[in-house]
Amino acid sequence: MSNLHPIISTLLKRIGLGIISLFFVTLIIFSSVNLLPGDFVESVLGQTRTEESVKIFRKELGLDKPYHIRYVNWLTSAIQGDLGSTFSGRNATYANQPQQSTARSVSSLLKPRLFNTFFLAAMTAIIAIPLSLLLGITAALYRNSIYDRTVNASALTTISMPEFFVAYILIIYLASINQFFPSLSNVTSSTPFFERIYLSVLPALTLTLVTVAHMMRMTRASIINLLSSPYIEMARLKGISKTQVIIKHALPNAWAPIANIIAFNLAYLIVGVVVVEVVFVYPGVGQLMVDSVIKRDIPVVQGCALVFAVTYILLNLIADVISIITNPRLLYPK
Amino acid sequence: MKSSKHKKKDLLLDIQNISIEGFSDEIWHPIIKGVNLQLYRGEVLGLIGESGAGKSTLGLAAMGFVRTGCRFTSGSINFNGQDLTKLSDKKKQQLWGTKLSYVAQSAAAAFNPAHKLINQTIESSLSHKLETKEILLKDAVQLYKEMQLPNPDEIGERYPHQVSGGQLQRTMTAMAMSSKPDLIIFDEPTTALDVTTQVNVLATIRSIVKEHQTAAIYITHDLAVVAQMADRIQVLRYGDTIEVAKTSQMLKSPKEEYTKSLWAVRSIKKKEQKSKEIILRIENISASYGSGPKVLQDININFPTGRTVAIVGESGSGKSTTARTITGLLPPTQGKVIFQDRTLPMKLSDRSKEDLRKIQMIYQSPDTSMNPRHTVREIIGRPLSFYHGINKEKNTDKVLELLDMIELDESFVDRLPEELSGGQKQRICIARALAAEPDLIICDEVTSALDQIVQEGILKLLLRLQHELKISYIFITHDIATVKAIADEVVVMHQGLVVEQGSKKDIFNPPHPEYTKLLLSSVPEMDPTWLNKVLEK
Repeated sequence: MSNLHPIISTLLKRIGLGIISLFFVTLIIFSSVNLLPGDFVESVLGQTRTEESVKIFRKELGLDKPYHIRYVNWLTSAIQGDLGSTFSGRNATYANQPQQSTARSVSSLLKPRLFNTFFLAAMTAIIAIPLSLLLGITAALYRNSIYDRTVNASALTTISMPEFFVAYILIIYLASINQFFPSLSNVTSSTPFFERIYLSVLPALTLTLVTVAHMMRMTRASIINLLSSPYIEMARLKGISKTQVIIKHALPNAWAPIANIIAFNLAYLIVGVVVVEVVFVYPGVGQLMVDSVIKRDIPVVQGCALVFAVTYILLNLIADVISIITNPRLLYPK
Repeated sequence: MKSSKHKKKDLLLDIQNISIEGFSDEIWHPIIKGVNLQLYRGEVLGLIGESGAGKSTLGLAAMGFVRTGCRFTSGSINFNGQDLTKLSDKKKQQLWGTKLSYVAQSAAAAFNPAHKLINQTIESSLSHKLETKEILLKDAVQLYKEMQLPNPDEIGERYPHQVSGGQLQRTMTAMAMSSKPDLIIFDEPTTALDVTTQVNVLATIRSIVKEHQTAAIYITHDLAVVAQMADRIQVLRYGDTIEVAKTSQMLKSPKEEYTKSLWAVRSIKKKEQKSKEIILRIENISASYGSGPKVLQDININFPTGRTVAIVGESGSGKSTTARTITGLLPPTQGKVIFQDRTLPMKLSDRSKEDLRKIQMIYQSPDTSMNPRHTVREIIGRPLSFYHGINKEKNTDKVLELLDMIELDESFVDRLPEELSGGQKQRICIARALAAEPDLIICDEVTSALDQIVQEGILKLLLRLQHELKISYIFITHDIATVKAIADEVVVMHQGLVVEQGSKKDIFNPPHPEYTKLLLSSVPEMDPTWLNKVLEK
């Protein structure tokens, strides 16, 4: 490792750490999903179950094997990209005839949902990130002015309201009183691109309002934190205008914390938006996961959780990489 | 030196009766109280005073700049016929970085870590559209050459963290010269540098200022430095002018008591005494931080009982690391620490309470070495209860006795550190060390953060305590004047090695090893021709 550029060795270390944390997350996912109360087989077979049918059904689903074997099987196939089959495609009628099972693979169920979720997250990010950077930088530039206070107060207001409430308010004003956008965002895989954007406007707007406050305040704080540095005073005394001082001298040194908070919010947009999905009947991964928990469809729950974990770790890894490459001390060693 | 007869039209900067206030603790405090300052074209004015005298504030005011939380209250700052106090921010921005330049104290902090040196050097001239980029780049390289930077063609491509402190300081002077300004403010430009580095930076600054006929205000607390740089000297204290005079006159016959007292520390001269007994011996000590390079290499030093051994050297020479190995804070990788004829365990955690009690430390910055939420009673009381089992109720007499030893009265007992001045804080730190009743006290740069007059008080106190209590001192410092004032024996360190050790008389009289010679010759002297003499050699 010694003759590698320090950036590369740091990156390799981070990636290694990411893989290790992912491994521990799979352990946690598997054990906690298995701690869920209730049993899929018993709930599907219902009152009419016999000991015999329960046994056969269990065997077919692989639930008769001990925990650690099931974990290893699940992990090895997950590494190969196979998340297993859903439980819920099957029912009691087919319990005795496994070959006629209608079970779908978890990935085929997850894929369109995941696409929807990423689409909504991307749409929100495209609005929210530039907006919050712009607001954060201008608020830092005109700090303690009326503009700064207004931006801060409105950001705090939106972040203080529960997201479903923000969603309903938007529905009232933009879908009900003024019928600009639909209040239902039930996109399907065949929805054309622009139609899809049109349908997703309200959920994207809701999520924007919820995330901008965070990112904007962090941007403002990171920049203001740097404004007392001697090199900022030096730049001012070199006759550089206030805007240039912030953009050229403060911002390049503020990327690390800003990148972290953006990654945090992006992760939230993918893993934490189930409430907004429910309000707008948007078919995302969040809804799928909640539905599967209710149905005790263990493979789907595990699959969703795994996707969430990968997203989280990947985004944080990217944020780390950004903080590393924006630090000239690491990029250009002595 | 410039002629004393200046024509009126040569007056570049005329500050009349300027007052500046700063906002703290919910009220406005005066910082500068109606100061006048005149500067002629091509002249260098030295601004001297202790911390809190308002030197920096006045220096920045000469550019029409006040820091956040400060304001002009009255007076005028006339630069080239414009009153800077009345100019809009936009107008001042056009002057800053073109006609007026600033060189800050810490170059390491004043350069933006995210940009290359060359881009920062030409930034102001470029943004004010003084020249095309090509010409500015060429000029910058020329300036780097004049500042005697190594590889002037390439050094600009580096980032601030990739060059040394002395090089950064020179680059910053080149940056200030880039727009060919009429006036440069130098705010303690060499204070953060080692003495051997300082000499070169002083020389290059002086020659470039002369070469380009630039007027300068040179701010420093070091009289010897200002004597080399300035044509005239203005002494400030508590935001007021004490005295203004030509350099040679100011040095020969200062009028005011205060100005005379600035020489004070140089007047203490301890007579060196010998002692045959050895309290501490370190043998073949090597140490490193983590798996890093060796910071100490095979160090051997004897410390005589009841005497003061000064360890002197520049930053990075291993002085403080030596202290850390003695106290056990940094266990050495090899070697022995023999204290009172007994080998001490390397690690702090393996030493007995009695071992710990006998060796105490006093640190450079009293601000950070005391718990800000503890009162003086608690600070001094802690070692009393820890080492001697004297509990809170019974310790008052002992605390008062210790306060008396450090020449503070009982009114200090319930104060918090923030209610003390810098010198008083350091006295409390001394009392805290004394409370343990140690045999050896390690003083790590204890006077470096203090003003000259306060330094003198602390040094006198330490000498008196040594005389009364027969304590041995290890005195770590980079300041040769302090060494002369307090030491019996001297150890010179450089790059983790002991260059020379012996009695004060031996060390300060030739013959010297190469490094000691360089170190001693680099210490600025009051003689205004000192720098010329050093450069000639």
